[in-house]
Amino acid sequence: MESKSSTTGNRDNPNRNLHGSKTMMASHFLRALFRIQQTSTSSSSAGRSRRIRRAAYASMAYSAGTRRAWSRALLRKLRSRARLRFPRRLSRAATPQRRDMDQAQVLRKLVPGGPSMDDCKLLEETADYIRFLTTQVRLMQTVMDSVSS
Amino acid sequence: MSYPHAFTPRGLALRRFKPKVLSTSYIALPPSLPHHFEAGRKMSSRRSRISEEEISELVSKLQSLLPEARRRGSGRASAAKLLKETCNYIRKLNREVDDLSNRLSALMATMDSDSAEADIIRSLLRS
Repeated sequence: MESKSSTTGNRDNPNRNLHGSKTMMASHFLRALFRIQQTSTSSSSAGRSRRIRRAAYASMAYSAGTRRAWSRALLRKLRSRARLRFPRRLSRAATPQRRDMDQAQVLRKLVPGGPSMDDCKLLEETADYIRFLTTQVRLMQTVMDSVSS
Repeated sequence: MSYPHAFTPRGLALRRFKPKVLSTSYIALPPSLPHHFEAGRKMSSRRSRISEEEISELVSKLQSLLPEARRRGSGRASAAKLLKETCNYIRKLNREVDDLSNRLSALMATMDSDSAEADIIRSLLRS
């Protein structure tokens, strides 16, 4: 069926797209790390870790480009130099029913640019965001391993 | 809400979602929907037809991305459960980014510029 082939094609293509952006992500992140290491030898460890975290999200957004709503929103947030804040606390739901209805809202808070998306776009952007997030986490782990060896 | 395509073979194939779950996902549609209805009834029905097919496709795509041992042949993929696990996974990834940046910052304190360049070259060759 055409739809089946298109879904399998969709599953293969993003991996191919991600390979090019993986290299871009790595070089951007490493360059930022180098800059941070050079310019903050005497500052606090907490400030440095904040800058590293900011650099991680920045390299994610740069390698994703402007064709994604989440990367556009993330770049906007980074450029306005606001404090990069991500909701991490688990929301406590009173009843299961309320939990079902609010899940889309919760997801909207987690994904950058979420509030201005409808359900379909939200799911699409979430999938892309998760792909880039996992790549970034794996990249940071690789850097950690190669530094401490 | 009546789905004009509900009884086509494709529509029946999509029925693995509980109708209750589908209706909650429609409740979450943008509040400007009444305007869409005013703009053209044809457009709103087309929009709901596209939404249902796309939603099932995107849900299956998301399912393949989440890392968990799902029971094989579990046809009842509840969309709400999937959304909840997606939220938890994103939160977990954010926590990992925080944790890794803390550790990297601690490592940086003990690093000098020579080993930094070697680390960069090694990581670029590896990834």
